[in-house]
Amino acid sequence: MELTKEEESALKGEQGEIMQMAYRILVATGEATDSEKLIPIEWAHLSGVNYNTIGDAGEEFLSGISKNARVKVKTTLNPMGFDIDNVSNYHLDDNFISKQLSIRKSYETMGVTPSFSCIPYEIFDIPKEGTQVSFAESNAAIHANSFDNLKTNKESAFSALASAITGKSPYSSLRKEDSPNLTIRMKIDNPNDLTYGMLGFFAGKVGNNSVNISGVGEMDKRSCKALCGGMGTSGTCAKFLFGDGDPGCEKVDFDKKEMNDIHDELNTAEKGDLITLGSPQLGLEEISDLTSKLKGRSFKKRCMIFCPRTVKEQARKIGYTNELERAGCEILADCCTCLTPLINKDNVDSVTTNSIKGAYYLKNSNGVDVNLKSFSQIIEDETR
Amino acid sequence: MKILVQGKTQGIILKSQHPINFLGTVDKKTGIISDKNHDLFDKSIKDSILVFPNGVGSSVGAYTIYSIKSNNTAPLAMICQKADLTVATGCALANIPLVIVTDEKFLSLQTGQKISLDTESLNPITFL
Repeated sequence: MELTKEEESALKGEQGEIMQMAYRILVATGEATDSEKLIPIEWAHLSGVNYNTIGDAGEEFLSGISKNARVKVKTTLNPMGFDIDNVSNYHLDDNFISKQLSIRKSYETMGVTPSFSCIPYEIFDIPKEGTQVSFAESNAAIHANSFDNLKTNKESAFSALASAITGKSPYSSLRKEDSPNLTIRMKIDNPNDLTYGMLGFFAGKVGNNSVNISGVGEMDKRSCKALCGGMGTSGTCAKFLFGDGDPGCEKVDFDKKEMNDIHDELNTAEKGDLITLGSPQLGLEEISDLTSKLKGRSFKKRCMIFCPRTVKEQARKIGYTNELERAGCEILADCCTCLTPLINKDNVDSVTTNSIKGAYYLKNSNGVDVNLKSFSQIIEDETR
Repeated sequence: MKILVQGKTQGIILKSQHPINFLGTVDKKTGIISDKNHDLFDKSIKDSILVFPNGVGSSVGAYTIYSIKSNNTAPLAMICQKADLTVATGCALANIPLVIVTDEKFLSLQTGQKISLDTESLNPITFL
């Protein structure tokens, strides 16, 4: 990798230990991904926030570096483990809460915007076309590359943090104009949000860096997010383009068999004890749609809704919150279905969700069974 | 050869034929591998030159590498056959030299050999 004089000097430790560590991370990542140089980035989005995932080692590390580390570019943050407004309803132990708050404080000390959201593309203004960013959250990286005309690697928690501190990132294939060597032919008629989640999960499994997807019509926001969330869960693929791609592209079909295989892999229960909506978190548009679908109806069981804090506040002002709570919804800001400590296999056997990403982590990390349904099916079956 | 994290050290090789999942299978206090199905089961990686194909598992494993370094139970250096981001970032965080070698070189490295590793040198790995 070619480094500038200034980058070399930082790597040698001439700009302090934090800079040296950050550049060590960028160089190690860059060499591992065959990048020839570092380039400036304008926005970093960090993962590695939830105490449930980073544990004591992560908490101690962040607490240590926050004494000296400061971010150089706009930096936003993935969800944490709970919503402080209603955490007392969920029987989390005090240790979890204090460690999570320590993590929050460390990030804030470093100058990070405490957005606690996995949908930065929906709650922040999108920079101009072609802007280089560093997004560690997989669904956000895929959304940025595929829908927002931004460019990012599928960063790790560490490379994104190093990018935030230095304002640089390795120049690897996803940042360049590449053309995918694989085209997925979507063969399912009348797809819904769940179908798109499964298509994404399939694409993540078969794709490498990027894929083409053909045979897809107009998609609503919910379906776009489901596609990105599913894709980020199953592999390293971090970009898709709509269309047939080059004639020489390898072709793979996503038909009933492929879809049923994924459904069988992730759907392990006939019904759920509770419902979760949001992984990725819901934006205002989805909250608004949910509110109108719930007019005169109520959930028959608990329904947890995950969204960013800014969306929760907007929803309250507009009056959606009252409606949703009346219908039996629990609204949680700052956290998400994915890797939530609020759903525990000791008191929940199974969860109904429309999220493929949520399903994967509920099953593999929380150890609960999952009942998959599309959004409209959830409204039809689970409300009265 | 690819140099992912620079550095200079010497020590005795501990080689594994299996990939290593640092999250959950390495005891942070002792550096002992706790996975019964692993070929290094019950062995300590502390102060070794750890040679293994590549890392696997959650990227949070990078924090484990940082922790074992803080607890003085980390290897002196790591040598892999394939680059993976968990080990790369973990070694970068912890400042543990890490190089990726060719398949041929990987085959030639054996447990018990004493080597010197210097990433600045023209010939970074030399047998002592």
